[in-house]
Amino acid sequence: MKEFAYRRVTEIRDALAAGHGGARYLGGGTNLVDLMKCGVETPTQLVDVRFLPLGEIRETPDGGLAIGATTTNSDLAAHPEVRRRYPALSQAVLAGASGQLRNMATVGGNLMQRTRCAYFADPSQACNKRDPGSGCAAIRGAHHNHAVLGWSPSCVATHASDMAVALAAFDAVVRYETLDGGAEIPLERFYPPVGDTPERETELPAGALITEVVLPGSAVAPRSRYRKVRERASYAFATVSVAAHLEVSRGTVRSVRIALGGVASRPWRARAAESFLLDGPATADRFRAAAETELAAAAPLPGNGYKVPLARNLIAAVLADLAEPY
Amino acid sequence: MTTRSTISLRVNDVTHRLCLDHRRTLLDALREDLGHTGPKKGCDQGQCGACTVLLDGRRVVSCLTLAVAAEGAEITTVEGLAADGELRPIQEAFVRLDGFQCGYCTSGQLCSAVGMLAERAAGWPSAVTADVSPDGPVAELDAAEVRERMSGNLCRCGAYPSIVHAILETAARDGVTG
Repeated sequence: MKEFAYRRVTEIRDALAAGHGGARYLGGGTNLVDLMKCGVETPTQLVDVRFLPLGEIRETPDGGLAIGATTTNSDLAAHPEVRRRYPALSQAVLAGASGQLRNMATVGGNLMQRTRCAYFADPSQACNKRDPGSGCAAIRGAHHNHAVLGWSPSCVATHASDMAVALAAFDAVVRYETLDGGAEIPLERFYPPVGDTPERETELPAGALITEVVLPGSAVAPRSRYRKVRERASYAFATVSVAAHLEVSRGTVRSVRIALGGVASRPWRARAAESFLLDGPATADRFRAAAETELAAAAPLPGNGYKVPLARNLIAAVLADLAEPY
Repeated sequence: MTTRSTISLRVNDVTHRLCLDHRRTLLDALREDLGHTGPKKGCDQGQCGACTVLLDGRRVVSCLTLAVAAEGAEITTVEGLAADGELRPIQEAFVRLDGFQCGYCTSGQLCSAVGMLAERAAGWPSAVTADVSPDGPVAELDAAEVRERMSGNLCRCGAYPSIVHAILETAARDGVTG
């Protein structure tokens, strides 16, 4: 690990004043400290933001929730209003990591976590995300857990967050502060397409500090579900996951949101499947056809073709569960 | 650039003054600087749970916690679980029900179990809780719940059945604190 300065801040303006150059904001450190140990992250200063006044979850006037960026994963998943209004968000957070890591990890850090591609974490390997222009060892290497949607020849890594998949399905908005003022980005646009710049992972300006994530009020969110397939029963990253909510009235789909995890460099909002389903019959055949419509764009690598039928079946199964009579 | 700081770490109700390199993890500070060798270094990357300690009563992995970031917290290691010399119910149950073989993971399992039972008492759901709604009855703590909630603690000896048994028995007997 490279040497670094450490500064604990209690005011947002102090965080922003310190958070430039080689500095990184430190939340729970569950990903950042790990990557510092293996030499992937080399900050010159850590700005510890856990003591900023950003640890609350408050209700918004439209019936939504604003989640402070330093809220821990544990507190997010256990919050009664999250469980009541956005159960898929609580389920997604609980499906990730372990009890210890959820106690440490923060919402802001969760959004900023890096891919778990093994080649990214190994500085001896080619990786355009870690070392632009060096190539991608995964495309011709071990990529059974890599992307099938939206990847480019530069990078086939997936995004690791479960939480972000549920946030994408709920139309969440990420708010941040900079020295020039605050702004917000819809979660769906927070992570740019890979293109030939896989090292550019978010749309945040340099030095920006995530302050909160806002969930809009939603009448259908209570009927939502997160389901995750992984290589062991617990404590593993997603092979494929689905966050969805669905409203059916008299056999017709009145509202639907679907987002996929484990298949792309970002949470994959399944807009094509949603459009296919809206105002049509809520039947098993339609759910399956909607999933196939979305996955028509899939381009699996030689070693991860299994993810396409897995995603199709998972989408169809989750929608069928949600369509069960109330 | 200042790369070291003099900090206070409060471990098992005792305050220690230390000058540490910022790179020092809490695990290394506990073991190498303070002689608390209960927390074990297994993977050193947050995957095995052998280094689990309690920070302000919540379980964390000390290998991914920087010591400098733990200043101000009440740190409890396995050495602090039986502070009065009497084994805690969870410790007694691990001994009586063979909740370990080699023992390397045990201090982490014990700290994790104490933290987990407190989470459970606070009504936190888990990934195997059928309904996460806060309005229904609290689901029973069964073997599946214990296995899920303890999945951050690996045991290479495979003592899991006895670990689950010890935790379930403690939860039924003691209710909350382990």
